[in-house]
Amino acid sequence: MLKINNLHASVEDKAILKGINLEVKPGEVHAIMGPNGSGKSTLASVIAGKEEYEVDQGEIVLNGEDLEELSAEERAHRGVFLSFQYPVEIPGVSVTNFMKTAINETRKAKGLEDMPANEMLKLIREKSELLEIDRKFLSRSLNEGFSGGEKKRNEIFQMAMLEPKLAILDETDSGLDIDALRIVANGVNKLKSKDNAVVVITHYQRLLDYIIPDYVHVLYNGRIVKSGTKELAHELEAKGYDWIKEEINA
Amino acid sequence: MELKEKLVSSFMAFENTIDVDSAVHDIRVNAIKRFETEGFPNKKQEAWKYTSLNSILKEDFSVFPKETEALDYKDVKQYFIHDIDSYKIIFIDGKYSSHLSATTHDGIDVCLMSAALNKPKYKLIIDNYFNKIATKDGLSSLNTAFSAEGAYIHIPKNKVVEKPIQIIHFSTGSEAALMLQPRNLIVVDENSHVQIIERHQSLTENPTLTNSVTEIFANKRALVDYYKIQNDAPSASLIDHTFINQKQESIAKVHTFSFGGKLTRNNLNFYQNGERIDSTMKGITIIGDKQHVDHNTLVHHIEPNCESHQDYKGIFDANATGVFNGKVVVEKEAQKTNAFQANNNILVSDKATINTKPQLEIFADDVKCSHGCTIGQLDESAMFYLRSRGIPEKEARGLLMYAFSNNVLDSVKIPEIKSRITKLIAQKLGVNIGFDL
Repeated sequence: MLKINNLHASVEDKAILKGINLEVKPGEVHAIMGPNGSGKSTLASVIAGKEEYEVDQGEIVLNGEDLEELSAEERAHRGVFLSFQYPVEIPGVSVTNFMKTAINETRKAKGLEDMPANEMLKLIREKSELLEIDRKFLSRSLNEGFSGGEKKRNEIFQMAMLEPKLAILDETDSGLDIDALRIVANGVNKLKSKDNAVVVITHYQRLLDYIIPDYVHVLYNGRIVKSGTKELAHELEAKGYDWIKEEINA
Repeated sequence: MELKEKLVSSFMAFENTIDVDSAVHDIRVNAIKRFETEGFPNKKQEAWKYTSLNSILKEDFSVFPKETEALDYKDVKQYFIHDIDSYKIIFIDGKYSSHLSATTHDGIDVCLMSAALNKPKYKLIIDNYFNKIATKDGLSSLNTAFSAEGAYIHIPKNKVVEKPIQIIHFSTGSEAALMLQPRNLIVVDENSHVQIIERHQSLTENPTLTNSVTEIFANKRALVDYYKIQNDAPSASLIDHTFINQKQESIAKVHTFSFGGKLTRNNLNFYQNGERIDSTMKGITIIGDKQHVDHNTLVHHIEPNCESHQDYKGIFDANATGVFNGKVVVEKEAQKTNAFQANNNILVSDKATINTKPQLEIFADDVKCSHGCTIGQLDESAMFYLRSRGIPEKEARGLLMYAFSNNVLDSVKIPEIKSRITKLIAQKLGVNIGFDL
């Protein structure tokens, strides 16, 4: 599904990713952990195609296709989804209209007609129930005045609507109370299948009690310095990141 | 001959074509004298610093259009808000078109200025209201001098007019270049409500210059809801002067949607002569090419406990230029005034310009006045957010610009206008936004 080979990326000439290698197969859940400033969010943004990041070396391949030349929207059309750490507030555009536009633009890119209105309504109903989202919420302006938990739930609602092949969840657990965390994790688990993959970026192990990863990677100073299974996450939770730093620097 | 000289020397011939014994004869004569003294405004005047009429005034405008062809409704239907039942006062090259109009005298007067100026039964209203609040500047005086035709609307007290009134001026290109001087008078008496839609539409590539004056009187507890749709041809320019005199507890709202035309200047003056008055002026400007839109507003708070709300949004692409000059005067007696003013702009291109200038003159000490101007570009993080959901760059820009401007539409009370404006916005932004309203 996703193959990242020797990826180097920088922003404003500052190198942030310094040779990332990662392979994610269909049906897998990967967790990327690491201390602040290690490059986790940069990795997510680079995969999703944020233009201010420069790829200096290496490649990101999705289902055999190099993403390098593709815009953010083209990557989305090919099934990449990024759940934002800080979803942007867009006053004046309702959640529903935003989703309608996103779905129909994606269909247009695939040469399909707009989704019929009744089908769209059915889909919205189904997915909002999955995330325990109130219907009134859907007519509110996108993320405007949403609580931290509402924003994150809304991100996963969008993921449910768009049914991506590769979902990257960037710090989706931050700002969530335990109930919201359970709802969000439950949503992600229900959307998981043998054909799609999830990359969970997180600072803490907490979310990984709910979304069980097949692999855990530790990102430090722009490189994946350690990979393991979910036990690695527990170890990090218990011991912090210092022992890893020491291991690297030794 | 310069346009000014041409206009001045045409005046006598003009008056001869109408009635020299008319009640407004003296007013016209004084007005042409004032125009002769004042002339056209130039950039040395503070209020015209950023708007130059020079290139437009060079045209050899005809001031008396010849007889014009009729227009078929089906050919101009798109310029009407055609999906609602309405009264219509329609002009073609300055002449009334009875064929396209639907006027009434049934309890209210929705008819022609030419009739009101000539028939004795309207004399009292004309004497009391005509040219009472129009300013004496050169352009308004020019209009007054040539005032002969336009809309005349009188709503007697306690009438809620159910149907909106559409005033549309078409120009057809029957002249190589045409100058129009429409003059409207709208008097809304106690407790009455009226909704009005005004539009100037050129159907030709020949230059048109419209110098329009509208006087509106909102008497006690009256409600005036006024919409200006400005989406004219690239050859057409409009200088609009709208004066609104409000009495106590009246509400007056003017929405101005400026999406087209070569040069558009909106002078919008509110005078609050009474307590607990509410004045609202809102606008959305979306222009590109070398288009120019200038909003020049004035709210004169004269008495206590009144409010004014101004909210203008502008989106400027290519070489477009915009001006917002908003003046709020709060007199010493006007305590407990609430006056709000906002002007927010997005410059889409590096070559677009906006000049925005709030002017607050406050002489009372117990008031709430606020103003804010912003000029910005689209938020790049919002762009990435939208694009990461599969919305292409162009559509994402359109969506953000739509979102930026659309809260101005919240106060639009006629759904058909709201949906028409939404469509025009989508069209202007070059996006197909499947919004339902």
